[in-house]
Amino acid sequence: MVVAERKPLKELLEMVQPYKKILVAGCKGCVTVCNAGGKKEVEILASELRIARKKEGQEPDIQEITLERQCDPEYINQLEGVIKDREAVLSIACSVGPQYIAGRYMDKMVFPGLNTTFIGGSLEHGVFAEFCQACGACGIHKFGGLCPIARCSKSLLNGPCGGSAKGKCEISKDVDCVWQLIYDRLKGLGQLDRMTQVIPCKDWTTSRDGGPRITIREDLRL
Amino acid sequence: MKSGSRLEKVLTSGQFAVTGECGPPRGADAEEVRKKAGHLKGVVDSVNVTDNQTAVVRMSSTAGCLILLQEGLEPNLQMVVRDRNRIAIQSDILGAYALGIRNMLCLSGDHQRFGDHPSAKNVFDLDSMQLIQTVKKMRDEGKFINDQEIHHPPKMFIGAAVNPFADPADFRAIRMGKKIAAGVDFVQTQCIYNLDRFEKFMQQARDLGLTEKVYILGGVTPMKSVGMANYMKNLVPGMDVPAEVINRLKGVAKKDQASEGIKIAIETIQRLKEMKGIAGVHVMAIEWEERVPEIVEMAGLLPRPQV
Repeated sequence: MVVAERKPLKELLEMVQPYKKILVAGCKGCVTVCNAGGKKEVEILASELRIARKKEGQEPDIQEITLERQCDPEYINQLEGVIKDREAVLSIACSVGPQYIAGRYMDKMVFPGLNTTFIGGSLEHGVFAEFCQACGACGIHKFGGLCPIARCSKSLLNGPCGGSAKGKCEISKDVDCVWQLIYDRLKGLGQLDRMTQVIPCKDWTTSRDGGPRITIREDLRL
Repeated sequence: MKSGSRLEKVLTSGQFAVTGECGPPRGADAEEVRKKAGHLKGVVDSVNVTDNQTAVVRMSSTAGCLILLQEGLEPNLQMVVRDRNRIAIQSDILGAYALGIRNMLCLSGDHQRFGDHPSAKNVFDLDSMQLIQTVKKMRDEGKFINDQEIHHPPKMFIGAAVNPFADPADFRAIRMGKKIAAGVDFVQTQCIYNLDRFEKFMQQARDLGLTEKVYILGGVTPMKSVGMANYMKNLVPGMDVPAEVINRLKGVAKKDQASEGIKIAIETIQRLKEMKGIAGVHVMAIEWEERVPEIVEMAGLLPRPQV
């Protein structure tokens, strides 16, 4: 899933400071799963904004909505009724959401309430980690099923570098050396010979480096 | 001859090589490079010029190399893949060769998180292994990565770094073999303080037949103080500083720690000279170039051969 985390309240208050009529818009997709932007988080953020406004002596005018998803034009339609009298939308979807809203409503200010951090998963309750960098040409089977592009600090395809120590990465003792994990796994699979072959330069055209990407599924088009 | 560099001539003629290192200044004063060069002239066969080491901005490696050339020293251009993509890398290799640089050390580079610009974006288009392949392809096939022909190919003597003390320990010699397969001519190792562990690495390298295929230069860095030894032990990733080294430095008066460090370095070189499969030493006296002449002399490695 796309993992995101909420921006600090202070930053959000500064963003929306000039606007009175605000809509807090959540999303029932990935950000609900990672507890950053679902219905519950919309309620919490809206309450925080109301309290802050009251403290400033203002009558708060904060509305709430949580869309099925914010990354699909038909679900953006759900905003129609509620957005009309709003000056600003504070979206707590991943950064795709506010861009959809900004693209649809040319007269509304749109603000991102979250920092979209990575494509990943949860390791345990409340701990999320990055697993994929969306290079567009998955080859993790060459690395014991683990991705060195996303999980090695230097994205080495021929690791581990000289900074791997006791299973940890040179940048921090809190970061696993994915190359140690790859080594352990390939050793267990009896496939260490995979690590003796030099992996040549990668073609990054399928990655962001090839420009903004678009996927067309002819079989799904109407 | 692949490149015709002095380092290549020394190594291929079977003589024990000595390389040094020069970290360019954090400023634009060429005089600082010349001063360091003065200490190393006639003492080492080739001088590595570091490429923004520890991800701290310094004068460019290529510029440092050119100043060394002007001073009559042979440079070894260190290049990291952290800061440049394949377009810049190949362009810089062409430029380096045009300036008279004939040795290159291919590195991945310290992560910028350690450096003075942790907010930088890194590149890592290639890794160090692929950089080796690139320099070799440019030299031997006369082609760029994209297979297009180079009109006047750069002929570099290709080096890489090897850290026998990083993990997984069993993979370290194998990974050196991978660098050889990628096209490396010589390697320089991480600073050696744990000679027993290094000997095990060399045994594995010999068993794999690697010492016949590459020139291995053992890395030696003299300790200036107990403080430096503790820093290296605890804060430099992939460094193995055994307690006995620290205890030896602790065992002498503070004012004598530097000379004790030099003594340890000389003893290390002497052991490396006896080790089968070692083709030379790489003396990295960090901001201490003025002590290199006595280290090399005391180790019995002067005068340097004329090739």
